Amino acid sequence: MSANHDDHHDAPDGHGRALRLGIGGPVGSGKTALTAALCRSLGPSLRLGVVTNDIYTTEDADFLRRAGVIDPDRIMAVQTGCCPHTAIRDDIAANIDAVETLEERFGPLDLVIVESGGDNLTATFSRGLADRQIFVLDVSGGDKVPRKGGPGVTSADLLVVNKTDLAPMVGADLTVMSRDAAAVREGKPVLFTSIREDRGAHSVAEWVAGIVESWRHQHSHSHL
Amino acid sequence: MDGLPGLLLLADSRLPAGGHAHSGGAEEACRIGAISGPEDLARFLRGRLATAGRVAAALAWSACAAADAESAWRLLDAEADARIASPAQRLASRTQGRLLVRTAKRIWPSAALAALARAVPDGAHHPIALGVAAQAAGCTPHQAAMAAAYTSVTGAATAAVRLLGLDPVTVHRVLAELPYDSVIAEQHDWSALPAHAAPALDLLAEQHLRTEVRLFVS
Ligand SMILES: Nc1nc2c(ncn2[C@@H]2O[C@H](COP(=O)(O)OP(=O)(O)OP(=O)(O)O)[C@@H](O)[C@H]2O)c(=O)[nH]1
Ligand SMILES: [Mg+2]
Repeated sequence: MSANHDDHHDAPDGHGRALRLGIGGPVGSGKTALTAALCRSLGPSLRLGVVTNDIYTTEDADFLRRAGVIDPDRIMAVQTGCCPHTAIRDDIAANIDAVETLEERFGPLDLVIVESGGDNLTATFSRGLADRQIFVLDVSGGDKVPRKGGPGVTSADLLVVNKTDLAPMVGADLTVMSRDAAAVREGKPVLFTSIREDRGAHSVAEWVAGIVESWRHQHSHSHL
Repeated sequence: MDGLPGLLLLADSRLPAGGHAHSGGAEEACRIGAISGPEDLARFLRGRLATAGRVAAALAWSACAAADAESAWRLLDAEADARIASPAQRLASRTQGRLLVRTAKRIWPSAALAALARAVPDGAHHPIALGVAAQAAGCTPHQAAMAAAYTSVTGAATAAVRLLGLDPVTVHRVLAELPYDSVIAEQHDWSALPAHAAPALDLLAEQHLRTEVRLFVS
C-alpha cells in the first residue's frame, strides 16, 4: 500500500496519534458544558484539541472560546449540512479533516474531543472517527430515558447523566435511572454529574484520563 | 462497460467524502428567496449545470485522461483556480477536493492519487480530485466528466429538499430531466478548456459565507 505510506493518519491502528473521544447526546443535555469541564480539568496535564459540530451557527465553538478553557485556535467547528448524524457516522470526512488539521498544527496531542451536534437517541459515532465515546443525557428528559435504550445509551463507552441538580424539580428518580442504565448497558460505566455544581466534572475527567493513559500505552510508537 | 462500478460509487451521494455538507449556493438562494419551489430549483440547477457543471466536467475529463502526471494536474488545478472568481467557492472546491482525495486514497489505493496529493498538497480543486479518483477507480474520462456534471447539481438539489421540504420525487424528476450530456465534451488541450462564469453563484457563495446562521459549508 505504497499510496498510503506517507500518511500515518490513515493508519487504522491509531499508532502515534491522539485518542479521539466523541461526545454525543440529545440537544441541550450538556455536551458543550462537559467539553468545557474536561478542558478545565484535563487542560493542565494533557495536550488537547476540540472539534464541534454545530447545527446552525458556531455557537458551541464560540462558547468554548469565550469560556477561556482552551487556546481558541485549538477549537475547530465543522458544519453538518442539516444532518448532525451524518457527519459523525455516515460521512465523517469533514470531522476527520478537522481532527487531523488540529494534530498537524498543534501535535502531538493526547486527546481530541469531538462534540456532535445535538441529536436523538439513535446517534452514535463511527469507529472511524471516535476511538471512545461518551453519551450525555440529562435528567430533565425524564427518568425513563435510559430504559428506552438506543445505541448511544446502550453501547457508549461511558454514559453520563447530567443535571442531577434538577432532578428534584423535574421529579426524576436517579435510582431508577441508575438501575435501568445498568440493566441496558450490561455493566459498562454510568456517571451522574451536575456540571453546574462541579465545573470540572471530576468523575468524568478521571475516567477520561484513564482511557487516555491506556491508549498511550497501547499506541505508543513501539515500532520506532 | 468498464469503470461503471467506479462511476456509480463516485456519483453516489453516500460516498463518504464530505459532499453532504455542501449546497452549491442553494442554501443562500433559499434564504434570500431565489429558490422557493421546484420551478425555481429547476432553473437554478440548469444554470449550475450549464456553467459550473460544464467547467467541472471538462476539468474532470482532462484530469482523468492525464496519465500519472503531476505537472498536468498542477496545471489543471491552476486552470480551475482561474475559473472560480469567488474566494468562497474556491475554498469550498478545495475543501471538497481534499476530502475526496483522502477518501478515495483508501477506497482505491493508487499511485495516481498519492501523486495528486503531492502535486497539490493543500487540496486540489474538486473536479481535479474527481478526475484522478475516477482514474484510480478505473473510469473513463467520459465517466469522470459525467460524475462531475451530475454531482455539480445533486448537492444543491438535496439541500433544497432538506431546507424547503420539497417533494423529493419532484426534485428527482427535475434531476432526471437535466441535459447532462450537453455539457460533456471531449477534451484535448488545456488551452481550450471552457470558462463559463456564473456571477450569481459567486455572489451567493460570498454572501453565504457571511451569513451567520447556516447549515451547509457552502
Ligand atoms: N442546571 C444545570 N444546567 C446545566 C448543567 N449542565 C449544563 N447546563 C445548562 O444546560 C444548557 C445546555 O448545555 P450545553 O452544554 O450547551 O448542552 P449541549 O448538549 O452542548 O447542547 P447542544 O450542543 O445545543 O445540543 C446550558 O444552558 C447549560 O448551562 C447542569 O449540570 N445543571
Ligand atoms: Mg453543544
